[in-house]
Amino acid sequence: MAKRVEATGVTAYYGSFKAIDNINLSVEPKTVTALIGPSGCGKSTFLRSINRMHEVLPGARVEGKLTIDSENIYDKDVDVTAVRRMIGMVFQRPNPFPTMSIFDNVVAGLKLNGVRRKSVLEDAAEKALRSANLWDEVKDRLGKPGAGLSGGQQQRLCIARTIAVEPQVVLMDEPCSALDPISTLAIEDLMFKLKDRYTIIIVTHNMQQAARVSDRTAFFSIERTGDPGRLIEYDSTQKIFSNPGQKKTEDYITGRFG
Amino acid sequence: MSTTTLPAPGQSPTLHTKRLPAVAFLGIAVVALGVSAAICYGAGIGGWVLTLVLGLILYMVGVYFAVRAVEGARSARNRTWSALIHSAFVLAVLPLASVTWTLISKGMERFDGDFFNASMNNIGARDPNGGAYHAIIGTLEQVGIAAAITIPLGVLGAIYIVEYGRGRFTFLIRFFVDVMTGIPSIVAGLFVLAFWVLIVSPWFNDGAPAFSGFAAALALSVLMLPTIVRSTEEMLRLVPAPLREGSYALGVPKWKTILKIVIPTALPGIVTGIMLSIARAAGETAPVLLVAGGSAAINFNPFTGQQGSLSLFVFQQAGDASRFAPARAWTGALTLVALVLILTIAAKLLARRNRIPR
Repeated sequence: MAKRVEATGVTAYYGSFKAIDNINLSVEPKTVTALIGPSGCGKSTFLRSINRMHEVLPGARVEGKLTIDSENIYDKDVDVTAVRRMIGMVFQRPNPFPTMSIFDNVVAGLKLNGVRRKSVLEDAAEKALRSANLWDEVKDRLGKPGAGLSGGQQQRLCIARTIAVEPQVVLMDEPCSALDPISTLAIEDLMFKLKDRYTIIIVTHNMQQAARVSDRTAFFSIERTGDPGRLIEYDSTQKIFSNPGQKKTEDYITGRFG
Repeated sequence: MSTTTLPAPGQSPTLHTKRLPAVAFLGIAVVALGVSAAICYGAGIGGWVLTLVLGLILYMVGVYFAVRAVEGARSARNRTWSALIHSAFVLAVLPLASVTWTLISKGMERFDGDFFNASMNNIGARDPNGGAYHAIIGTLEQVGIAAAITIPLGVLGAIYIVEYGRGRFTFLIRFFVDVMTGIPSIVAGLFVLAFWVLIVSPWFNDGAPAFSGFAAALALSVLMLPTIVRSTEEMLRLVPAPLREGSYALGVPKWKTILKIVIPTALPGIVTGIMLSIARAAGETAPVLLVAGGSAAINFNPFTGQQGSLSLFVFQQAGDASRFAPARAWTGALTLVALVLILTIAAKLLARRNRIPR
């Protein structure tokens, strides 16, 4: 199921602006990896380059090699939609499809990719909602609109939608930043559970969260505004938060940065 | 200076203020109208309309000073502006109500079975009957054909501009769509007359130019297309980018994202834009007069022979010498408005059918 993600010399641009420079990083299967760093340091850009969402914006492009179990997703003959089916993504703000019911939201990925049989869809929806710890809360109102749920429920709905297509890797871009502490806890619990089956990479501004949920942590930073973001340190979460190897990392996690 | 002053530091402000009772406003209104009527009728400078307008102004002045004396300056400004906004709303609705009332009261006279079953064929100046059957058919066919041409073209064009278009070419398309929005309907009619009726239609008609309902539909298309493109474009832009990204992140291809996520989200707005353009096209007279020729007889075929339309029918009857014609014109106008209203309601219901109940 879960796959290894390996970045070699990944450099991303927005037009002529270089957002991240030469990122080398390897993520083990069935682990949670946290990307931390100050705003604008390129961690979200790096995350979005892992499932080729970066290039959705006009003028954006990526150089370098990014392999999923030794398959380079930036090869010319790679189908972008296949990459994204293999590497799911949860966004900062919950974005359920407003015209769809809860059920249709969860199976949107399957339905829009051609799965029609009702029994298959129903099984997949129940499985994904149970995995996302949402089944008990919504099982009686699957026909109601997804936008009617609370913020935390919507985010778990989006996680269910992501894992319903059975990806190998799940990317999360600050998934809890718009949520209250209780919903955040629910999603962190969920990450522990999902770790058994998926490789999870999460961008977070919350260092306690990074320390709580991740096995390994990557610290990104920039020299000055306008400079590209660089990977400063990448190690086990325990090491980063107790005995960081770089002065910059230490300054950041102790709050002496910027 | 104003009568409400901030309390000195350390002094607790009072949250209660004196209020003018509601009956006072009624009193001010009565006095204002009375004074206004006395001025207008006394000096003989105007009737009830001027009385009303002058009364309104006097009312607002009276409210301002009365409230200022009792409640303070901030409250006085608030009340005066409220009165102004409410009267602006009434002023905007009055013409609508007047039009509706005039249409219904004058249009009901001939709103009978004969009107919807007969044409104007062989109806002389002394015949009280005659109807708009031929015109209703003409309007439905012409607007229907125009809609069939412009809705797919306009919506697809807007999708291209928003989702695919980049650079100078798209800029040019948008620019020309904007220019097209301002085309007077008579120019659209002349264009179709010169291009379709005089140049193209002779090929199908043994060399002779031919008026037809289809030519009218083409002219209406020229008018409808820019409205549909622009309104659809604005609606598509309102669909939040995270929705598209959420769909891409599930491995859904772009065309399917547009079809299944973007369009359904923007659908109510798109339908509104389409209905506005259809309403405008249904009310156009000049292009139909120019290229369909107008006809008093029933003609079901939009491709051969002249055709009328409801707006043209109203135009012709309003200018007709027969003393029965004005009644027919009013009923024609009422029918046209009712037709557009029914179409709009039907389209709104259809667009809402997709929504899931809460």
